[in-house]
Amino acid sequence: MSNTIYTNNNSYQLQADVCVIGAGHAGCEAALAAARLGLQTVIFTMNTDSIAMMPCNPHIGGSSKGHLVREIDALGGEMAKNIDKTFIQSKMLNVSKGPAVHSLRTQADKAEYSRQMRHTLENQENLEIRMGEVVDLCTEEMEDADGKSLKKITGVRLNTGTVYHCKAVIICTGTYLNARCLVGEAITETGPGGMQRSTYLKDALETLGIHTRRFKTGTPARIDKRSIDFSKMTAQYGDPHVVPFSYSTKEEEVQIEQVPCYLTYTNEQTHEIIRENIDRSPIYAGIIEGTGPRYCPSIEDKVIKFSEKTRHQVFIEPEGRYTNEMYIDGMSSSMPDDVQQKMYRTVPGLENCCIVRNAYAIEYDCINANALKQTLETKAVQGLFCAGQFNGSSGYEEAAAQGLIAGINAAMEIKGEEPLVLKRSESYIGVLIDDLVSKDNREPYRMMTSRAEYRLLLRQDNADLRLRKYGYRVGLISKEQYDHVVWKQEAINAEILRLKNTRIGAAGVNQEYLQSIGSSAIRTGISLADLLCRPEINYKNMVGLDPMRPRLPDEVTEQVEINIKYEGYIERQKKQVEQFNKLENKKIPKNIDYDKVLSLRLEARQKLKQLRPSSIGQASRMSGVTPADISVLLVYLEKYEIE
Amino acid sequence: MALHSEFSGEDTIAAIATGITESGIGIIRISGPSALEIGEKLYRGRNGKADFSTWKSNTIHFGYIVDPSVRENIPSADMSGSREPGAGVIDEVMVSIMRSPHSYTTEDTIEINTHGGIYVMNRVLELVLANGARLAEPGEFTKRAFLGGRIDLSKAEAVMDLISSKNEFARKTAINQLEGQVTAKIRKLREAILYETAFIESALDDPENYSLDGYPEKLDKKCLDLMDEMDRILDFSRNGRIMRDGINTVIVGKPNAGKSSLLNFLTGEERAIVTDVAGTTRDTLEETVRVGNVLLNVTDTAGIHHTEDVVEKIGVDRAKRAMESADLIVFLLDTNAGIDEEDISIADMISRQLRMGKRCIVLLNKSDLPSHMKDEEVKNLFRMNLSEKTDAGAPIVNYRKISFCTCSLSTGDGMQVFVQRISEMFRTGEIYAKNEVFLSNVRQIQEVQKARDSLGLVRKSIADGLTEEFFSVDLMNAYTALGRIIGEAVEDDLVEEIFSRFCMGK
Repeated sequence: MSNTIYTNNNSYQLQADVCVIGAGHAGCEAALAAARLGLQTVIFTMNTDSIAMMPCNPHIGGSSKGHLVREIDALGGEMAKNIDKTFIQSKMLNVSKGPAVHSLRTQADKAEYSRQMRHTLENQENLEIRMGEVVDLCTEEMEDADGKSLKKITGVRLNTGTVYHCKAVIICTGTYLNARCLVGEAITETGPGGMQRSTYLKDALETLGIHTRRFKTGTPARIDKRSIDFSKMTAQYGDPHVVPFSYSTKEEEVQIEQVPCYLTYTNEQTHEIIRENIDRSPIYAGIIEGTGPRYCPSIEDKVIKFSEKTRHQVFIEPEGRYTNEMYIDGMSSSMPDDVQQKMYRTVPGLENCCIVRNAYAIEYDCINANALKQTLETKAVQGLFCAGQFNGSSGYEEAAAQGLIAGINAAMEIKGEEPLVLKRSESYIGVLIDDLVSKDNREPYRMMTSRAEYRLLLRQDNADLRLRKYGYRVGLISKEQYDHVVWKQEAINAEILRLKNTRIGAAGVNQEYLQSIGSSAIRTGISLADLLCRPEINYKNMVGLDPMRPRLPDEVTEQVEINIKYEGYIERQKKQVEQFNKLENKKIPKNIDYDKVLSLRLEARQKLKQLRPSSIGQASRMSGVTPADISVLLVYLEKYEIE
Repeated sequence: MALHSEFSGEDTIAAIATGITESGIGIIRISGPSALEIGEKLYRGRNGKADFSTWKSNTIHFGYIVDPSVRENIPSADMSGSREPGAGVIDEVMVSIMRSPHSYTTEDTIEINTHGGIYVMNRVLELVLANGARLAEPGEFTKRAFLGGRIDLSKAEAVMDLISSKNEFARKTAINQLEGQVTAKIRKLREAILYETAFIESALDDPENYSLDGYPEKLDKKCLDLMDEMDRILDFSRNGRIMRDGINTVIVGKPNAGKSSLLNFLTGEERAIVTDVAGTTRDTLEETVRVGNVLLNVTDTAGIHHTEDVVEKIGVDRAKRAMESADLIVFLLDTNAGIDEEDISIADMISRQLRMGKRCIVLLNKSDLPSHMKDEEVKNLFRMNLSEKTDAGAPIVNYRKISFCTCSLSTGDGMQVFVQRISEMFRTGEIYAKNEVFLSNVRQIQEVQKARDSLGLVRKSIADGLTEEFFSVDLMNAYTALGRIIGEAVEDDLVEEIFSRFCMGK
């Protein structure tokens, strides 16, 4: 079953506060957060050369994922800073749309990204990097405040037998746990990119009553740049003016020379080859048992499920500045090598392509995040936290976001401070975690803007205004950074008020000016705020009508403009949020006995007993719980409070 | 999500507190912080005023419920000395006031005692809802009573048991009731809305793969089509009762315009006394006739005109009242005689009725004789704005309010068109041909109306040049509202739809 043998015949014992298992995007954020909050932290990795590795696509950000990266930064995480240092192309998506769906996407230099993150980890105070496989979790039985018995984490054991005693453990094994990679009939028992997998942790988890399941994902081939004919493709360039991801990065630092990507398409010939060989695909042949993500379908899935489409887009993206490997975005596959060769060569520009790495599917163990609290701590074991792809999510950004929250909450628990639980109404991270821990997810979970009910409020441009305060509260954001946001918010409010109270008349000079900026005449006096609501008018071009305007930085005027232009929608969403918060703030006591809540329907009772939601809001989002059940629960809680 | 407002405890709820039967008296209960405010908007005392601040708690008051959107809503009792209510008056009522905490719910509560049967009860409830209350969920008054400490837990729990079983029952029966055409139709509407939303979301999520160029125009057209279909459902629903029980039709017109001839044409018998002397029909005549596939409950009225003759005066009063309970008003004009003061005052009365959802056919009689009326003159009789707009800029439900027909009752010319027009107005042909089912309860109709309004907001966003992410907010609101009718929650439908319809991901 495993090709590694471990020993307990070793009495070496070490001490730490927090142990992080895995050094991918979740692990790095978790470890950095814990160490920065002053806790002695150890991060374990199967291989120190694979810290912050990007085993699949070479981008960071994109629709809704870009929002997550901004939020990570606002809270004091590392991902945004790291990509600002290592990107090779950057683009703001959806700029023709409203501000809520603008989203930054960058191409990373993978090796640089990993090297830079490793550098940050290596030089972080309180943080120790340790290579090795964690094979067991140490726990002890204890009693909680009500005298109930409870398991508590006490440490981890490595394959060498060495034990690290600690107060909290964060599991971030990504796709490494019992991983296997498939290229047609060829199967290797490795983690991504041929890295050694981990094996034993699954048994340790099962012993603690935390069950695992199998998920799958896949990646396309990497092709030698020299074998590609780019003249048959369309080059795609980054934005001429790059906006940094991090609030701490200065704009001038990111105006670098960028690298293009290329666009080409599959065709009927490609699809024919796939159809002819579909029985050799491990998924269609039934060899793969894990559930794959629908948003990231293999080319086989695209051809079979969307047979009416005669072509699919293929993006050729560099893996880095100093490598010839090119990522074939849009054609992930688990077909056998010979089919892959034939299939890729039907694509214009890839006629003579040489594959460096095969496309493959990967299966791995992960948990159902319903086993977690909203703090990302397991319900079964105190001090045991989980983050990243191990929780059934997918994507670097989703992993990093969870890692950061798990790291913060492990630290809060050890310090005896209030945990950080972000609401759906204030962040994408809140939506992500709430969906993971409350809903019935049957495939790797990816963030999407459509999952965020209040997305008009949750913009990538205001992540600092929404979340800096929390970063400051937990201790990852400095007083200076926090004060800046407070000042910014005041400046925005003051300027909005000024524009609402400043009126201009219908005098000739004003009319001429309006005409000069392509706007129609005004009939009577109008406030500058009302004028700004006109689609053709923006804060900058109405300067001529506003001589008394104070000097304000772009970050303030941008918010002023958005808040005025979309005021109606923003107010409507704020009202919805108020309603939403009423239910969120109705907490359900931890020790509630659902069997005592008479008149709950059986299905609801079972679901509630299993998931144990922390608030009425969370309960109302669970499948199988009806509004009538919520009514019953509310009545019960009122009685509970009275007693 | 529906839940948000349901449990906030800070909004105002209303419902018909008595059973919905054809018993004489019904009570509409309003409870919550705006209960008094809503009551004041709708209540007029005999002096035309509503000043609840002078009322003591737990007192009961005589007055009228009026539609505040109708200008002439003040009961004319004190102005003319007669007891004739104005056009906006819905019913004579007794209103009780219970100030917090002296009510069942412990909140400010207003109870309106009506005596007008189901139609009036529903009408009053609709007005209450339109003026800021939300329809109460089953058992919600009791829940508030419990939360307010008015009743103890054992009592509350018993009620909650009842609620959950009732809910289950209601859900099942609601589904059974609706199974068939309407459920299918609402599902279809939802699917269409979800598809559009999923398309927008896919394009926003994967902008390099799906383009939204030119999409707003398409969506605008789609919204229009969908709103049209919703209008049909609303129309059918409003017409459902009519189809079952017949169209209450009243024939009005000044003396000798041909009212009795019309009744005779419809019944095929000489019922009313037809003479050339104005005012021969002294009383109203009622008759149920089948015209084509339509059932008409026809009331012929005495000519409405100011008269000192006591007998005739009674007839005129009855005619006015008949108009108020009618679905369809047939207004006869004598084209040969030309328009006079009396025609104008009848048209004014009709205009007010039309605002309350009534329909009217103006029958331009005596086409066999020379006409002394211009088309423009006839249309100008009705001061109402025939193309009313909502705030969202879209035309409101097309009630097909008014229609004009030229005919001659003595030769029978144009009468076929008249009959056909009735059928078109009430969509009876469609109802019969397609075996349409109608929504029978206020809540369901309200949800369709909400969905329709949301689509109106989508169109407004399109017209204002906003971008697609703003459309999906209101599209999803429409989707959710429709879902509540057939008991389907949103859950993760959208994400499912995106994945199943659109090839996502690089």
